[in-house]
Amino acid sequence: MESLFKRLSWISATTILLILTSIFVVLFLYAKPAIAEYGLKFLVDSRWGVEVSQPTKPQVSPSTKSSATKATPTTTPKDDNIAVNDEDIAVSDEDIAVNDEDIATDENVAVNDEDIAVSDEDIASQVPSSADEAITADDDIDIDETSKHTKVIYGGLVPIVGTILTTILAMFFAVPIAMGIAIFLSEIAPQSIAKPVGIAIELLAAIPSIIYGMWGLFYFGPLVASVFGGSSVSLLVASLVLAIMIIPFMASLTRDSMNTTPNVLKESAYAMGATKFEVIKDVVFPYAKKGIIGSMILALGRALGETMAVAFVIGGVFTFPKSLTDPTVSIPVVLANSFAESNGISLNVLFYLALILFIISFAVISFAKFYFLRDKK
Amino acid sequence: MRLLINKLVLILSTLAALLGIGFLFWILITLSIKGISAINLHIFTADLVDNGLRNLLFGQFVLALIAVVIGVPIGMIAGIYLQEYSYNSKYAQFIRNLSDVMMSAPSIVIGTFVYAIVVNPIGHVSGWAGAIALAIMMIPIVVRTTDDMLGLVPTELREAGVAIGAPKYKVIFNIIIKAAKVGIMTGILLAFARIIGETAPLLFTSGNSEFWTTDLNNEFPSLTVAIYNLATMPNEELVNIAWAGAFLLTMFVLIINLLGRFITKEKTK
Repeated sequence: MESLFKRLSWISATTILLILTSIFVVLFLYAKPAIAEYGLKFLVDSRWGVEVSQPTKPQVSPSTKSSATKATPTTTPKDDNIAVNDEDIAVSDEDIAVNDEDIATDENVAVNDEDIAVSDEDIASQVPSSADEAITADDDIDIDETSKHTKVIYGGLVPIVGTILTTILAMFFAVPIAMGIAIFLSEIAPQSIAKPVGIAIELLAAIPSIIYGMWGLFYFGPLVASVFGGSSVSLLVASLVLAIMIIPFMASLTRDSMNTTPNVLKESAYAMGATKFEVIKDVVFPYAKKGIIGSMILALGRALGETMAVAFVIGGVFTFPKSLTDPTVSIPVVLANSFAESNGISLNVLFYLALILFIISFAVISFAKFYFLRDKK
Repeated sequence: MRLLINKLVLILSTLAALLGIGFLFWILITLSIKGISAINLHIFTADLVDNGLRNLLFGQFVLALIAVVIGVPIGMIAGIYLQEYSYNSKYAQFIRNLSDVMMSAPSIVIGTFVYAIVVNPIGHVSGWAGAIALAIMMIPIVVRTTDDMLGLVPTELREAGVAIGAPKYKVIFNIIIKAAKVGIMTGILLAFARIIGETAPLLFTSGNSEFWTTDLNNEFPSLTVAIYNLATMPNEELVNIAWAGAFLLTMFVLIINLLGRFITKEKTK
């Protein structure tokens, strides 16, 4: 019984490790097709859901050989067969595609091949086009390729930039106010005021984030729009709502770490004739520095992954914000809005985004934990 | 000059505090005005399909409750391991940090994860998936509270238990857990308050249903997801229902938090 329980408790503790690793693994597995398709270029590509003409087939596979094969058919249309063979080598891992194209030089068989190859999902998209190409192979390849070969490109740059921008702006607004509240609560206000206000702040940190989002949509957004112009859903509104959401969290953590400063230190500074500001600046801040920075980073991590408060007010438009009052989009919002109606590669793209978000927030939070909050335990 | 700067900083920080607190109360007040005006008896007796909230309130509560049933045992036993069995080994420290990291993981990522492991294999959204997502959110919070609360139990109690020859699991369950009971209960209550307001993990795991249902194998009504959907609708009446739901949810969360605070205070008195 004793050893059984010991084993059980060990297993429970390991479950946490298991869940975290499986989040990584599962997200990676689901994102894999998208990673294979777009690679790391995804991180710097600003197009989302754009259909682009696709010059050559091998571009579907992640190999860089496409540039080499791209040139061949355009220069000499008579060398079409050689060009096709080149492409065969480039995509040699896709067996059916190879067979298809080999036979596709014979025009009559091309249609049959198309039927066979449809069963293979991965290359289903390119087979009809390759058959078309084969049929019109002796005519003009260039026109055919540019008109028929399209694929949808997904790039994650806009949501990634949106996420980082909203977070940084939110921190920019939240840090001074949260610091103010913390200083007010721990140093300025008398005990009779500091206590109820402190409790109120902590309670506000517990309010579900969807409430902040709804309030932002109906009250705060229009107000900001009437003051700064622009629409009521914008980058500015999103970061302000986010800031208001993380202020209570940051303020109460900061206050807690400022309260750990021993009174003896403060009193000796006061005895030297220091003003309150000097005490805060030279005694309290240096003493509580690690805790304060740690609380900021924890709030940052929270802001990074926040979905609901932002989803209402950011607009969900896949464009770079040219000014503060333009709508844009962030990773969690993309996930929340497009997950339900996605399938196939676009779903994989969303998992790719989720993986990126998870890695970013994981890194930020671990950094905070291991460098700033370590000796708090 | 020093005194002037001092005055300036103090005034600025007081102003900042007032500004922040003002914003926060503005939220609460608009929420109360909008919410109370939209609340009537009809909301509690009708389902969403008839412009009520009954099935949503029930659904959200059931999802959170199942999450508690799944999450609390795992979290508590893991917390017991960290505090009682690990003897502060490297591994325990590692798990402890990992659990803290997991506590702040983006909730929407947990939603996508549960979608991948539960919803996708089954083929449709289900109440169970939503409950699992909430349980995953809850486990690290429970681990943290159990760990902290057990740490507060004095070593003498443990030694006394061992001295009368009790096996360790009996010491843990009959002595240590009893001593830390109030703290752990409060922690669970607060964790419950936190997950009941979660939207993001439920969006694509439990879906949303307009009807009264108790079938967890199909899409399941949940208040937060419904608020998200209703609030963006052009229909004024539906938006008002969303406000009512938001108000009820906030009140519920705040009351649980106050309750937790009250219990801790009573205990420490």
